[in-house]
Amino acid sequence: MTADRSDDSDPAQSRYDQARYVEDGEYEPLLSEKDQTRVEIGAASDAGDDDSTSPLPDDLTRDSLELPELSEPELARHYTRLSQMIYGIDSGPYPLGSCTMKYNPKFTEDVAALPSAAVHPDRSEASVQGTLGLLYRLQDYLARIGGMDAVTLQPPAGAAGEFVGIRVAAAYHEHNGEGHRDEVIVPESAHGTNFATAALGGYDVVSLPSDDEGRVDLDALEAALSEQTAALMLTNPNTLGLFERDITEIAEMVHDVGGLLYYDGANLNALLGRARPGDMGFDVMHYNVHKTFATPHGGGGPGAGPVGVAEELAPFLPAPRVRERDEQSKAGEPIYERFDPEHTIGKVHGFDGNWLVLIKAFAYIARLGDAGLSDASASAVLNANYLAEQIEYDVPYGPFHHEFVASAGEQDAADVAKRMLDYGVHPPTTKWPEIVPEALMTEPTEVESKDTLDRLAAAFNAVAGEDDDTLADAPERTTARRIDQTSAARTPRLSWQALEDES
Amino acid sequence: MHGSHATGSPYAPHTAEDRTAMLEAVGAATVEDLFDIPSDVQFEGSFDIDARTERETRRLVRSILGRNDHLTELLGRGHYGYYIPSLVDHLADRSEFLTSYTQYQPEVSQGFLQALFEYQSLLVELTGLEVANCSMYDAATALGEAATLADRVRDTTGHRVLVPDLLREERRSTLENYVAGTALDVETYPVDDGNVDLTGLEATVDEDVVMIYAENPTVRGTIEEQLAAVGELATANEALFVLGSDPIALSLLERPADVGADVVVGDASVLGLPTSYGMGLGLFATREDYLRQVPGRLVGASEDATDRRAFTLTLQTREQHIRRERATSNICTNQAWVALRTAMHAAVLGPSGMVDLAERDVRRARDLADRLDDIVGVKAPVHDRYHLREFVARVDQPARAVADDLEDLGFAVHVVGDHGIQVCVAGVSDDRIDRFVEALEEVTR
Repeated sequence: MTADRSDDSDPAQSRYDQARYVEDGEYEPLLSEKDQTRVEIGAASDAGDDDSTSPLPDDLTRDSLELPELSEPELARHYTRLSQMIYGIDSGPYPLGSCTMKYNPKFTEDVAALPSAAVHPDRSEASVQGTLGLLYRLQDYLARIGGMDAVTLQPPAGAAGEFVGIRVAAAYHEHNGEGHRDEVIVPESAHGTNFATAALGGYDVVSLPSDDEGRVDLDALEAALSEQTAALMLTNPNTLGLFERDITEIAEMVHDVGGLLYYDGANLNALLGRARPGDMGFDVMHYNVHKTFATPHGGGGPGAGPVGVAEELAPFLPAPRVRERDEQSKAGEPIYERFDPEHTIGKVHGFDGNWLVLIKAFAYIARLGDAGLSDASASAVLNANYLAEQIEYDVPYGPFHHEFVASAGEQDAADVAKRMLDYGVHPPTTKWPEIVPEALMTEPTEVESKDTLDRLAAAFNAVAGEDDDTLADAPERTTARRIDQTSAARTPRLSWQALEDES
Repeated sequence: MHGSHATGSPYAPHTAEDRTAMLEAVGAATVEDLFDIPSDVQFEGSFDIDARTERETRRLVRSILGRNDHLTELLGRGHYGYYIPSLVDHLADRSEFLTSYTQYQPEVSQGFLQALFEYQSLLVELTGLEVANCSMYDAATALGEAATLADRVRDTTGHRVLVPDLLREERRSTLENYVAGTALDVETYPVDDGNVDLTGLEATVDEDVVMIYAENPTVRGTIEEQLAAVGELATANEALFVLGSDPIALSLLERPADVGADVVVGDASVLGLPTSYGMGLGLFATREDYLRQVPGRLVGASEDATDRRAFTLTLQTREQHIRRERATSNICTNQAWVALRTAMHAAVLGPSGMVDLAERDVRRARDLADRLDDIVGVKAPVHDRYHLREFVARVDQPARAVADDLEDLGFAVHVVGDHGIQVCVAGVSDDRIDRFVEALEEVTR
């Protein structure tokens, strides 16, 4: 992957090219196209069962298993080639709004790979004091950062954290004889997960429009709130990158009708060390530790979505949590134990969530400390405002925190994104939130340098000047050219078996 | 090069000059001016978290985790520590795999999309079902998603979900949380000698049942022998038959499609992950009939503008970012990188390696049971069944004390009731198993 920097005076000419492997006219073949081996099973004989015969009777086993069987060198090349056909944050800027794609420090991989981290979840408390100790410290860090009283680390992703928040809210209302509350209010600019989570929790979703400045419309909120309101799910700053300045009033309004205020932590990176959801009146929040605390997104996961709550909700958190016992060990060290909160909703994961991700989040927070965390939000906010200023697309609303939403105007935002790929950068999130027409939702994060932001802006601006035909033909320099997503959905082929059936 | 970061984020690259130039460009005097936060909610305090160097941070984590005891884990029950070939770590850790995001721009994500397509294909072969998604969080949440799928696809109304009364409490509890927003009730059917009690199940099934769940192997490590009958019972009552399993078990045991399974769930991280305190990879496969109701992400084949085959996320109109409250699931971030590791591990083993691993565990579990049975005061296995890799042994002494004594000697086992211990051979070397036999002899003496 070499970037052509021959013309440094025009950053838009900076190129990033991925590898493209072509064999027999097709891109890198599937493993199944390189080899398929059928193993016959169930050759049990009455003569007993040495290693060549099945140790189980025929009627309990399958007949055969057919999968590729390649040598390790062949596999190493296959996966190396696949990796060279992927754009990651280590490849270049990744300004996907609301996804907070930061550079991931490498050392966190090493600490997660420590042999002492590899423990079974069913081990005795006494034998996993290290794991429990790290979980306890991370609970504590997150509580302080969010201004919350109690934290569970169990949810394996942000949406899972939302679900825990909603289940905890439901249990709390139920416990207080308020089980009739059946509505959750969600601003129309909110993440899709908020709507889906509220629905999964059994709630009717009440959509809340924004005001002319892109923030919560207090009159609309007033109209939406009632004795039926279980919670308002809000993110602050919101997905337009705007701080909800009326947050204290919003919290009062929600609390006045007996509802709870839920904080979607997807945008917490903008607030680190500057403001805390707990101080703003939020009762429940989730943390996307894979976003805010720079743990790798792994092509779509695993993440982790710890949930913090105010004191009155703590008894409803999932079981188990970790606490410090009153007495110490003989060596004078604290002793940790698991416990079930008094009115716990039970489990939301078969074990204890995504432990390896939690280790990385802990290491990241411990590395940065107060000063680093608050510098992260400062740099993220500076970067967003700077980039918003440099691009020629219209950027409505403002002032911005860590992200902004530009409008592609007459151009199609999805086409703009495809064309940006040709300039060697990853495009922003497109077509959402729908409040801004042809939205380009952009979040540079704190890890991009001024130089990179200038090149990113140059890519935006180069595309802004291009005609629709050029955009419609893009991308032309990527591994694969524009992919037909309509046909993929119309004729779903979801496995190599489906491709074989077709041919 | 950039300046010192003694007091700031070590990963934010601005120099003082950069900052000045950028502030000037946006027309602000200081970075603080950019924060549009009302004074009454500004945070003026401290988290009391000291910054550390990278080396100090590594030392800190190592010292915290250093308090974990080194034990040989014979625990199993859905979470296993099989040996992972080095290729998996080295290639999965390539930073393009590790540092990319969901494949919303397929033209620059072909490598990951193809790896996930290959993972889906692996599950299709293992289950015999036509459709597999490219991950849920773990077995328990996949079971929860199966129940909400059953709720959506079943023609007639009904509210009962049946699970075996011998099931990990964690799975049942997670399932109950998933169905809390529906009208479904989770109920149990009886288990006899570790396996489905078919007569007991028949007695409780009626037309109000929307889903029957069974596991193969069971939580006790036994292999089910009447799954086809369970499938028929489900079909007769128009209920979904959901089967819990894992990729190693599926390499050898009856194909779910052949026993009438409509959905297969389970934990696929049995391949690809070490024991990681329960982090998993939810397996989810189903019949083509339910394609448009499947939760989670699907990778499909298509063509690009040069007519070459290329891959893309597909059928996204089921997903939360498009369908919002009418989505089939709220899942967004999933376990993609774990799916990559699982696909890699399976590829290194190949079909004969996977079958060998499963068959070897059947033999090793049986051999270990034979050896334990020879110890005075121990009877193994308790269940008169075939076992895949774990089993329960009866100990005459109080099981809790036996387990504690074993832990002092470096072995972790489960306690089952007052006089049972459950042991699992998966991932445990033959040498360690020899020592475990000696240890059990010693503590039951």
